[in-house]
Amino acid sequence: MIPRHLMLGVAALLAITLGMSLYVWRMRGRVDRGELSAANTQPVAPPVSGATEQVTLYVAYDDTGVLRPKPLRIPLPSGRQERAAEMLHALLNLYLDKFSPHPLGAESEVRDVYLVDPGLAVIDLNAAFADSHRSGVLVEELTVISLVHTLSANIPGITRVKLLVDGNERDTLAGHADLSNFYDVPTVNQVAAQLQNAQ
Amino acid sequence: MRWSNPRSSVAPASRRLSRRRLLPAVGPPLGFTTALLLASTLLLYSVPEEKHISIYSTAANYSLPILERNGTDYVGLLEVFEPLGNVTAKASGTHWKFRYYDVESEFTAGSTRVRIHGSDFDLPSNFLLENRRGLVPLSCLGTLLPRILGGPVTFNPNSRRLFIGNVAVHFTAQVSSTTPPKLVINFTAPVNPMIATEPGKLRMVFTHEALVAPGSQVLTFDSKVIPSASFQENNGAAELVVAASVPLIATFSHDGRSITIEPPPQAATPVQPPQTTSGAANAPPTSSTTTPPATRRYFAVVDPSHGGDERGASLSDQLAEKDITLAFARRLRQELESRGLATLLLRDGDSTLSLDQRASLTNSAHPAIYICVHAASQGNGVRLYTALVPVGAGNRGPFLSWDAAQTAFQPLSRSAGTFLVTELQNKQIPARSLIAPLRPLNSISTAALAMEVAPPSDDVSQLNSPAYQQMIAAAIAAGLADLRDRLEADR
Repeated sequence: MIPRHLMLGVAALLAITLGMSLYVWRMRGRVDRGELSAANTQPVAPPVSGATEQVTLYVAYDDTGVLRPKPLRIPLPSGRQERAAEMLHALLNLYLDKFSPHPLGAESEVRDVYLVDPGLAVIDLNAAFADSHRSGVLVEELTVISLVHTLSANIPGITRVKLLVDGNERDTLAGHADLSNFYDVPTVNQVAAQLQNAQ
Repeated sequence: MRWSNPRSSVAPASRRLSRRRLLPAVGPPLGFTTALLLASTLLLYSVPEEKHISIYSTAANYSLPILERNGTDYVGLLEVFEPLGNVTAKASGTHWKFRYYDVESEFTAGSTRVRIHGSDFDLPSNFLLENRRGLVPLSCLGTLLPRILGGPVTFNPNSRRLFIGNVAVHFTAQVSSTTPPKLVINFTAPVNPMIATEPGKLRMVFTHEALVAPGSQVLTFDSKVIPSASFQENNGAAELVVAASVPLIATFSHDGRSITIEPPPQAATPVQPPQTTSGAANAPPTSSTTTPPATRRYFAVVDPSHGGDERGASLSDQLAEKDITLAFARRLRQELESRGLATLLLRDGDSTLSLDQRASLTNSAHPAIYICVHAASQGNGVRLYTALVPVGAGNRGPFLSWDAAQTAFQPLSRSAGTFLVTELQNKQIPARSLIAPLRPLNSISTAALAMEVAPPSDDVSQLNSPAYQQMIAAAIAAGLADLRDRLEADR
């Protein structure tokens, strides 16, 4: 015969265990929801307020391996640096679209654009941009030239462009396109003109 | 002390005399040689070692003595720069003005502050002026020299070896599975090491060559006879020590670019009488073992991109870019060789090569054309790329910029690319010529192309099709054969 006080003790312990499990399960659910919202780094849409201006984005098309100009009206701030960032965000929105002609990884983002020196622009991409990028000479070149040419064609005075990933130098975008050097805008214009001619 | 000018094609007499070096076999017939070597080694070790710094550059490789002042190592700055180009120095009181081409620097005796090209720079210890000779602390060379030369400098203060620009000599070592085994060491430039022996070891000391460590300091081989080799650097020299369980001989070939280390016949066949061993050790080198094979002049260097740890693009679940590029490169070599065009494959297995190593190996082979092979799942046909040379990569003094070595060859590369595109299109293969920011094209000092092979249709597995690879390789090889005269003329 099991003593009564022992049975009561076991029952109390079981009740406490069950209660703790329920509590932990609820707390875990809350943390998961919190982390998900914190990790959502999708680029936000450009501000819709204010006057829109026409810009020309140079969009990559994988099916034909070409770069095509795409005139677009977007709201732009007055600052030169902010305008540059907004243009690249608009370009990225096209690439992140469901029907993108040149898909990029879902978390890809242009972190910032810096116009640090007369003529020098620095585009800072996030790590997901490079890590999730498809690997290949042409597919990487299309991305790089599209970014650099869109920037230099719309912001006068840019002569050189440097691409960083998460604020750091990186050898290549995804194993091919060189990111270790500066891009000279006149040379990029030449490459962009070449890429606008289908084979 | 000047050793050599890399531009000079005259081989040092010492190399001509030392084509074959022997590790004495254990036994009485070689006792005299062993004693002689031991005595000379002891004599050398009894002299206190003088500190040196070795400097390697495209202009000259040289060694300078190091002076110790107040417990700090110093070196004469003028002596460092003299072999590199136009340099002048003028002392006025405690001030010392130094000029290298158009870069002017001002030093003050007893001060750490230096003004270089209008900017201040601090030395780790005071600048010294002795008999109008400017001395700088040795430890500052790695940071001081780039400011004056305007290019990258790598300084290893522990080994006292300084590399100006990309002059490093790389090597690969592989033991053959033959009997007896042979250790073949291939260098990216001719070498002429001092070879010494001791029981169980063959030691090669490279004082004149900018030899750098392979990926690992210790290389291990799957051989009981030659189990390992180790690399170390000290007092301005690099040393490669080959461990062995038998005596070894070293044979030079390919104009000093290869060293083959193997047991002499007597070591491999110990049943032979000692007389044979003695004769083999002391006899002049025979043509069968010591005459280097005729140096092969390569028309093309084919570079299968990626390899080893670097898989390249994942073309499908099973297909890695590195495997397709190797398969394709092998076919291209076969097609070129069948047309009488000597071809060097940069990797013929699943090995890792850095982009700089690929450029170094290519530039030292002096081919008429360099072709690197890539593969992609996007698009179809073949895309041929020429280099997009980065901006601001100019030359200073006698130094060519590593990032812009392709500049002078761009017109030739582009015309070769255009010609090959036409050839491919004539054979109904979709082809396109583009400029791309793709390393190491910009560091190649000859005509250079990259080709990216895409599948003929949406089926990526077709990239692995022997028939498809063969068709493209044959078309490219035929085009290059037609271009031979033009490419050879500009070599």
